[in-house]
Amino acid sequence: MTGSTPTGTAPGGVAAVEAVWRIESARLVAGLARLTGDVGTAEELAQDALVAALEQWPSTGVPPNPGAWLMTTAKNRAVDGFRRDAVHRRAVERIGRDTPPVVDESEALDDALDDPVGDDVLRLLFTACHPALKREYRVALTLRCLTGLRTDEIARAFLVPESVAGQRISRAKKALRDRGVRFEMPGPAEVRSRLAGVLEVIYLVFNEGYSATAGDDWMRPALSTEALRLARLTAALAAQSLPTEPEAHGLAALLELTQSRAAARHDPDGRPVLLQHQDRRRWDRLLVRRGLTALARAHDAGGPIGPYTLQAAIAACHATAPSAEETDWARIAGLYDVLATAWPTPVVALNRAMAHGHAFGPGAGLALLDAVDTAALADYPQLPGVRGELLAMAGRHREAADRFAEAAALTRNEAERALFTERAETARGSA
Amino acid sequence: MRYLVVLEATQPPTPPPAELMAGIMALGEEATRAGAMVDNAGLAPSAAGALVALTGDGDLRVTDGPFAESKEMISYALYETATKAEAVEWTSRFMRLHHQLWPGWEGEARVLKVFGPEDFGPDAAPGA
Repeated sequence: MTGSTPTGTAPGGVAAVEAVWRIESARLVAGLARLTGDVGTAEELAQDALVAALEQWPSTGVPPNPGAWLMTTAKNRAVDGFRRDAVHRRAVERIGRDTPPVVDESEALDDALDDPVGDDVLRLLFTACHPALKREYRVALTLRCLTGLRTDEIARAFLVPESVAGQRISRAKKALRDRGVRFEMPGPAEVRSRLAGVLEVIYLVFNEGYSATAGDDWMRPALSTEALRLARLTAALAAQSLPTEPEAHGLAALLELTQSRAAARHDPDGRPVLLQHQDRRRWDRLLVRRGLTALARAHDAGGPIGPYTLQAAIAACHATAPSAEETDWARIAGLYDVLATAWPTPVVALNRAMAHGHAFGPGAGLALLDAVDTAALADYPQLPGVRGELLAMAGRHREAADRFAEAAALTRNEAERALFTERAETARGSA
Repeated sequence: MRYLVVLEATQPPTPPPAELMAGIMALGEEATRAGAMVDNAGLAPSAAGALVALTGDGDLRVTDGPFAESKEMISYALYETATKAEAVEWTSRFMRLHHQLWPGWEGEARVLKVFGPEDFGPDAAPGA
């Protein structure tokens, strides 16, 4: 661990280098992508600069302007590389087409760092989440370029071998090159759908972390906080470049509000605690407040709200209810009605049935559940789980117990199985 | 992980230069946009506050400020970062800004880890 040094210079150990890297990497890759026209080349140059920093800073200390140091180093590597590797240069120029590399121009460095409103970083997000890429490639490339996570960290977080994570990143970069994807903002006609693509990647990363169970490598739950940071960044960038778009704020709100319950969703033994049984005093009030603020921004943006803002509005109902009993289920049921139209997934349909059950009685919930297309949910433990809960609410405990047992048999999550088994026993005891 | 950073310094005879305040605003905006800073504010001189002290025998004593200590708490910031080093780096930038824009100024920023879910239960993460 680095400590304070008697000379008063900033400590320059590996942890300090990595801290600078976390802060500077997105801007660095974005600036280099603008210079070279190619995200893959930019990411490699940025990595070269990081390696140089890891070699030098531990003995020299962190320079006063570490971002400029990294950019200068990367730019010098680029010039060397272009000189040495004519083939590479031609390839980059081909991709750059009418925006050839401008690394020889002296003002290029200042230019690359001059991104006060973060347009380059937003472009980088759009490029890393490009629809031409497979979903897991988008996720890996986004984490690599925007959060500065190392390949081994991405691998641990997604429970894949490091070689697989590395392959996803390199294939993503190659696919962008092969398809001539340019480093630019999407046009007005497609900006909304492209933004949805960015938000989907962040949402996937968050859920991957949120679904981590006790005993998992701590890199897995760390994905949730990485996603939360990305959502905050995207909301801030969207506020400047796409001021009428609500969904970036909606996603930030959803993730802040969901994350606010992180400390309460497991008991001290690591077993999951259902929302209605959570100790609300353990909810993170700062994140609740931030989530409600982001939700208000989404509503103020003026554009049509979508699935993230709707889910955030539902999460806000829970966050502001003083107790589980005082939850405004009628409002939640109404929000689910809208969400089921905007985002007709089987999971939303299940949650909608549950909300209606709470709001209007278990019969209403069961009626909606009967209308759900169960074919898509054949192995989904929450289907019998929700039915079991509605049946228990209706006092049909014997049937409820059977459904909970079915859910326990379906789930692959040990903690969830224990919970369903316990609920089956409770229902059997009430029968 | 969450870190509370509290800035302490001797209350200077003159207000901070406008350039410093602008620089602090810009840095705060950058850290907020990056998703790292989640809250921050300046703190009024202790003359505006009070001290509530409890003795072992249950006496509660309220004293209005100002207090005699030479140092005042100037501001706080709350960061959410992956490592302690990252909170320290943001704080170092904040301190360097003071040196650049208010030469001669001296102060200390305490970086305090806020207990979080990662400190408890089976998900406990190693300290960074």
